[in-house]
Amino acid sequence: MKAKTFAHGIHPPEFKDFTAEKAIESLPPPEKVMIPLLQHFGKPAKPLVQKGDQVNLGQKIGEGQTLFSASVHSSVSGKVISVDYYNHPGGSPIPAVSITNDGQDHPFSDKEETKDPFSFSPEEIRQKVKEAGVVGMGGAAFPTAVKLSPPKDKPIETIIINGCECEPLLTSDYRLMLEAPEDILRGAELARIATGAKRIIVGIEDNKKKAFEIFQDKIQDFSGEIALLKTKYPQGAEKNLIYALLRREVPTGGLPFDVGVVVQNAGTAKAIWDAVSRGKPLYERVISVSGQGIMEPKNILVRIGTPFKNVVEFCGGLKENADILIMGGPMMGIVQWSLDVPVVKGTSGILAWAAPRPSLEYACIRCGRCVENCPMTLVPTQLAKYVKFDDLTAAEKWGVLDCVECGCCQYMCPSKIPLVHWMRVGKNRIITLKQKKSA
Amino acid sequence: MEVLWSVITMGALGFLFSFGLVIAYRKLRVHEDPKIEKVAEILPQANCGACGYAGCRAFAEAVVKGETTPNGCPVGDADVVKQIAETLGVSAAEVVKKVARLHCRGTHEAAKNRGVYIGISTCGAAHLIGGNKQCSYGCLHFGDCARTCPFDAIYMSEEGLPIVIEDKCTACGKCVEACPRNLFELHPVSQGIIVFCRSKDRGPVSRKVCKNACIACGICSRACPEAIVIENNLAIITDYKKIDPEKIPEVEKCPTDSIGRLKKEDEG
Repeated sequence: MKAKTFAHGIHPPEFKDFTAEKAIESLPPPEKVMIPLLQHFGKPAKPLVQKGDQVNLGQKIGEGQTLFSASVHSSVSGKVISVDYYNHPGGSPIPAVSITNDGQDHPFSDKEETKDPFSFSPEEIRQKVKEAGVVGMGGAAFPTAVKLSPPKDKPIETIIINGCECEPLLTSDYRLMLEAPEDILRGAELARIATGAKRIIVGIEDNKKKAFEIFQDKIQDFSGEIALLKTKYPQGAEKNLIYALLRREVPTGGLPFDVGVVVQNAGTAKAIWDAVSRGKPLYERVISVSGQGIMEPKNILVRIGTPFKNVVEFCGGLKENADILIMGGPMMGIVQWSLDVPVVKGTSGILAWAAPRPSLEYACIRCGRCVENCPMTLVPTQLAKYVKFDDLTAAEKWGVLDCVECGCCQYMCPSKIPLVHWMRVGKNRIITLKQKKSA
Repeated sequence: MEVLWSVITMGALGFLFSFGLVIAYRKLRVHEDPKIEKVAEILPQANCGACGYAGCRAFAEAVVKGETTPNGCPVGDADVVKQIAETLGVSAAEVVKKVARLHCRGTHEAAKNRGVYIGISTCGAAHLIGGNKQCSYGCLHFGDCARTCPFDAIYMSEEGLPIVIEDKCTACGKCVEACPRNLFELHPVSQGIIVFCRSKDRGPVSRKVCKNACIACGICSRACPEAIVIENNLAIITDYKKIDPEKIPEVEKCPTDSIGRLKKEDEG
């Protein structure tokens, strides 16, 4: 079988050996959790509990208010000690519910689903997924219920299960694919029923041969196929994955719906299965704790809201030379400045790095490496200049809004120009200007 | 003979074209209100756009048409407004001279850094990723306001904070827009007392991240309850005119120096 892939992109060193062969361990629930009411973009959820309330494991504590926001659930049983602003891995403080753990893990509802999950109607599946607060587990945390509700005029043909995990170091999806392949496929089947798609494609990169073999074995029971992909970054980005597998291009500003595709991360598929078959809300997830700065890198199952400090301590703590802490992958993750931040639904990994500091920024030498490697076929150097000198009209015309912030350009830049940062500034300015105009 | 013919044809052509020009002048002439020219001359000619129009001339046209009032130009002082009002023969509303003031005292020394910031050295870019300061409300020290000021009225001090030169400041509001953390506000120049903080963190938190943060202890609001309230862990002056000058020393007992009169070093 020939491995498929997309044009451009890069192949940074993988460093997956740290944790690839380590089975998922569970982290004992911490004494106190801080659960942010906002775990993705959009507006914070409305808190449903007050200081002093007793909550149970899996109880809904925040109700998503708009279409693009997800509900939040308690990850321990215990007492609410405050509903206040708290540090968030995104950078700015966000309202969060702090709960002390009584160690009992009283389940909120012990109602076992007796009905066969595959006999649910699409509407029921969506409702259950929404109720469980499931969001994309790859990092962007887009509410899954929205992804499972395609507009009527756009029929869905294919469900793609994203098993690429193209970011270096991260292995949480890989471990899930090895340890719970049936659950992932069952979740994919539910997504297929909910969207009315015809087939499932599971995309797995060729550096995860073991997972590929297991899935090839398991897929027999489902109406789907497994595709082998050539290891390359950013293959896990929706648009690139669709192009690699189906040779279809998602239009600018469009969604995968526009080309009849829904992409779900492997971890999300498992969460869908858990939500529909057992009514289990999304209150825990698998993360990789890795990097040269961690004593014992591990894959662990943690409750949402656990402080990074507990997670790092469970992995033996930080080495002395660790000087950069990242939530997510090394390419697109967010740098943290404190260990006093909670794990959120979009946390795919916690990495401590002992890399040397990047050198000073030099002038662009017009080598064109950023252009050669941009998976969205943009011209990053030119875009950065337009943003720098405030020509936002030109930046928009040259497609700055198509940028997925994958970081290939900056990774390859010999002059160490913070290209991604310029893209983000440009995108943010254009979007705020548009909002101002429409207001 | 040939010379004569050419003279006659050229002469005839000349008459013809001049006739055309006369018609064009009479029929196609645009009647412009002479007041526009006069008003435009009075305006500061900074073309800063702070009034919301494309420039001083566009503003002059709008004033003469009656779309806006003479005091719509934030840069022009009382004299300018008076002259425009006289030219147009309307009564001018009273103008209060305003200046931009910074609501933060988080100097390099007072406000702690989060870590080593590597990235683009503008406030807008730093704010996007949460900022380089532990305080998520305070000044980022990169000087977007100073760069954007069209009147060179802001400079960055050695302590890290922007300083507004009040004589030069025309309250055009460009800095208010440029600051990603919304720390500038336009105040009447006579307002003697302001809150130098925008942090909505709880007292213990804001005290940890910045020496000069408002900790919402309430000393100021107890001293002057009619004009100062504590809202969202922050002191807010609701009406500065109600502050009794005799009470100012009481208000200035602020333990973190986050409310009070402008000091010499703040004025530039």
